[in-house]
Amino acid sequence: MATININGQDHQLDVEDDMPLLWAIRDIVGLTGTKFGCGQALCGACTVHLDGTPIRSCQTLVGDVAGAAITTIEGIDGKVADTVQTVWAEMDVPQCGYCQSGQIMSAVALLSETPKPTDEDIDSAMYGNLCRCATYHRIRGAIHESARRLEA
Amino acid sequence: MLTHLTMPRLAMPDIKATRRGFLLGSAAVAGGLAIGFRPAFAAGDDAAASNPFDAYLTISPDDRVTIISSQFDMGQGAYHGVATLVVEELGARWDQVDVTGGYGNIKQLGNLAMGGAAQMTGGSTSMVSSWDRYRMAGAAARMMLVAAAAAEWGVPEAEITVADGMLSHANGSKASFGALAAKAATMPAPADVKLKDAAEWTQIGNADLRRYDSAAKTNGTHSFTIDVKLPDMLTAVMIHPPKFGATVKSFDGTAAKALPGVVDVVQTPRGVAVVAEHMWAAIKGREAVTVEWDESGAETRGSDAILAEYREAAGKAPEATARKEGDSAAAMGSAAKVLEAQYEYPYLAHAALEPLNAVARINADGTVEVWGGHQMPDLNQFVASKVAGTTPDKVTLHVMKTGGGFGRRAVADADIIVDAVGTAAALGGNRPVKVQWTRDNDMKGGRYRPAYVHAMKAGLDADGKIVAWEQHIVGQSIFKGTPMEGMIQNGVDPLSVEGAANLHYAFPNQTVGLTSPDVGVPVLWWRSVASTHTAFSVETFLDELAEAAGADPVEYRLELLREAPRHAGVIRLAAEKAGWGSTPPEGRVRGFAFAESFSTYVAQVVELSTDGGGIKIHKVVCAVDCGVAINPDNVRAQIEGGIGFGLGSILGEELTLSGGEVDQANYDTYTPLRIDAMPEIEVHIVPSTERPTGVGEPGVPPIGPAVANAIYAATKKRVRMLPVSKAMSS
Repeated sequence: MATININGQDHQLDVEDDMPLLWAIRDIVGLTGTKFGCGQALCGACTVHLDGTPIRSCQTLVGDVAGAAITTIEGIDGKVADTVQTVWAEMDVPQCGYCQSGQIMSAVALLSETPKPTDEDIDSAMYGNLCRCATYHRIRGAIHESARRLEA
Repeated sequence: MLTHLTMPRLAMPDIKATRRGFLLGSAAVAGGLAIGFRPAFAAGDDAAASNPFDAYLTISPDDRVTIISSQFDMGQGAYHGVATLVVEELGARWDQVDVTGGYGNIKQLGNLAMGGAAQMTGGSTSMVSSWDRYRMAGAAARMMLVAAAAAEWGVPEAEITVADGMLSHANGSKASFGALAAKAATMPAPADVKLKDAAEWTQIGNADLRRYDSAAKTNGTHSFTIDVKLPDMLTAVMIHPPKFGATVKSFDGTAAKALPGVVDVVQTPRGVAVVAEHMWAAIKGREAVTVEWDESGAETRGSDAILAEYREAAGKAPEATARKEGDSAAAMGSAAKVLEAQYEYPYLAHAALEPLNAVARINADGTVEVWGGHQMPDLNQFVASKVAGTTPDKVTLHVMKTGGGFGRRAVADADIIVDAVGTAAALGGNRPVKVQWTRDNDMKGGRYRPAYVHAMKAGLDADGKIVAWEQHIVGQSIFKGTPMEGMIQNGVDPLSVEGAANLHYAFPNQTVGLTSPDVGVPVLWWRSVASTHTAFSVETFLDELAEAAGADPVEYRLELLREAPRHAGVIRLAAEKAGWGSTPPEGRVRGFAFAESFSTYVAQVVELSTDGGGIKIHKVVCAVDCGVAINPDNVRAQIEGGIGFGLGSILGEELTLSGGEVDQANYDTYTPLRIDAMPEIEVHIVPSTERPTGVGEPGVPPIGPAVANAIYAATKKRVRMLPVSKAMSS
């Protein structure tokens, strides 16, 4: 039994401690915005925030996150998140959309930490988020545009 | 992704026997459309009384417009494209529109670019097939709504205006679509449907229009097959044979079944399924299962051995001739200069982010439901019925949008559907089950872009003009062994030679030969199909010939395309926009390539620099002619994505086998493009009034040869083996 806090709400989960957070979020809590892509922290589709820091939930065990605040795509809010989500839709970043929850979680974390990221900052922060539709051109543009709007 | 080329009637004998109307030709469908949704089919035919409210869209009393798309959305925007056509003609508001996937009605949903013979998304044909059909549907529905309003208000139809989901009249009468829907459905379908003139379009060609489904893809609410939840649903992961063609001899699931959450371990037609209450239990359970395989029928060669056989075959006479014009051998003999080159292409995986999955439920009455990425829905319905031991009419499909596809969701033997329905059946139909492949299931699951070897040879005269051209392609046939095998004519699978056997370059004495060895590695169409390799050989070899002729590569191509204005048009536009001929920025070189695929014309100029052994691609300038650009921003998006997808494959993707077993299991060793390697991209769309063609695939073919041509400019090294990482280190 583990108690984890997801999007501000405590959940008592009757699962083994070695269950990856990804499957606890998806299959036990029932929030499906966080996606499964690789199971080995290689694609970033499962990215969530742990106390504000982006982590790969497929390689984070439930037993290791007791007491921490987990935020998923369903729970992000605030100025940075709202701006990023708005710009993402306005610029039609998503194609299939499957990786985009993870992309947005990484982008929000980047902009929260680095309000005016350079291309190199973006490459480094977003390198772990694969997009097989290769929407990277627009992801980069949307992060820069979000930074501009947040500064204004 | 099926080709649109020389489409003879599909021969799918099993389906033909059970699905009435499958052999319906395009003429009948097109004729039906031409008279406005009252197709004159055989007497008593169930489609004879159809109207647009049935097959293509519904308008509910609560004012929702639901469009039933014949075309499958795997991220390429087919739903948005189809919706744009309907919204344009219907006069709906975007916020009242939703799109769902249709199936089970080949007469009305069959792909018109494929003769209407099958409902299928591929070959970048969605807008080709939908252009008239869905505009007609929207217009016919609007006319029926207008007729209903006219009857209700007692005014002439011509005085009624339709806009933003409302009908109105100058006398103050006003009604929503929903309010009039029921009455409209009783109106006769119009016999003569007039479509808007291009000058009246507000949606088609509107560059400011954004996809209707973007918001849901930014907040986690967009639902994929992996997100399907049903009461009492189980989750299963698969154990497939490690070698293609092997089968289960025996298995032991005892230890797995003792683990918490594991419900059962069952044999299925394609392997063993570990069934659990949730995904993690299934994954853990799988580690505790032992399987003994019968490998007597398995492919045991590695990719090195397969390629070695191809190399040898490439030096011999081709098995079949895909194109023969003039006498290339004689012309080669009298040429002033002969150049030769051999190219090698690896197997490639689709590697979509959403690993394959499907959900199956066998109901108490024997009916079956399947949720999944039904890219060829009728085939999936048929296969599901066979596995469940019932008939197709007892199978309901739920067409899900999918997390990437690139061709992998259109599989002749419907592998994932067999896994899901097979697992549900093995469980006795007690509970619905989601079969979710893990990444290694997906990576090792076969259906790859085939490996190929090409032998190229060309003869130049004293002026550097091409007088002879020979290309021999060696690689597996995609159609062979599938229900679509009838597409192979005279030993030529069109999916092996597109982009080579249909070149518009005006050189005489061309021979394109094909050898299609039998290999037990399952292969499939992969975004842009044959042009993934043919464009590379043709366009890099042309650069070699241009150099031998002392000509500029762009001018050399234009000279060969004097009679092909659309080809030449994109070449000129890309060259102009990229500043071809001017000095590139410090440290950079340029490379050029052109490809026509699926009747769309694309030219690209790459700017790159080299640093030690590595290359950095800075910028790609692209010109595209796809006829009318229905959604200009989505055209741009697809071309950008196609460039990134193609770039990833040529820079670093390679799927290999050792002793018949796939070496790669995940994204650490199979490496699609990441953001740091994505260049700046400019897409220029040629303004056009031609009928629209597709853009899902055509962005892919030119990027590889454009990069390789630039690499030559920088290093004087010809790239004749992909991926580039391998060529540069060899």
